[in-house]
Amino acid sequence: MTEMYAAICIAILLVMAIALARACYSPTVYDRILGVNMFGTKTVLFIAVTGYLMGRPEFLDIAIVYALINFIGMVAVLRFFEYTAPVE
Amino acid sequence: MLVLDIISSILLIAGVFFGFSGAVGLFKFPDFFTRVHAASITDSIAAILIIGGLLLQTSFDLNTAKLLFILAFLMITSPTASHALAKSARHGGLLTLAEVKEKQQEQTH
Repeated sequence: MTEMYAAICIAILLVMAIALARACYSPTVYDRILGVNMFGTKTVLFIAVTGYLMGRPEFLDIAIVYALINFIGMVAVLRFFEYTAPVE
Repeated sequence: MLVLDIISSILLIAGVFFGFSGAVGLFKFPDFFTRVHAASITDSIAAILIIGGLLLQTSFDLNTAKLLFILAFLMITSPTASHALAKSARHGGLLTLAEVKEKQQEQTH
């Protein structure tokens, strides 16, 4: 089962890299926020799987905290950009 | 135990597959709102499948409760964040692809 977890970890890292590329190169500011949101959600899943890979499921606490922070950060940034963002 | 491992592996692989297709859709779709659609749906299904695959590995203890809490929280916040994103883009003046084409046609006439 360890190899399975390792493969899943690498695959999730690949997905995170694609989302981060979207956040770096994108036409509008909202696309960047979308990429960052996807990156955050996949990070939560990555931390959870990594905990089981290392045999230390206490990592789930970190995943919970990351999920909470990710949501609060998203809403804060969106409130900031709701009426002020420049659209090309 | 072996059967559980196999089911768990299938769930994890399916979750990663959906996550990957969502990440590709983030680049392939032509319009911002269609990209939100792709990212939002695949985020939800990937979270369900991967957390479900991990749930089968627990022995009904505190980790089960933690995983269920993560799943419930992601189920609430992921659609909320997508909705807030689309609403924010709409208020910010972003147009859909059809509206952009309509505008261009009006300008050429």
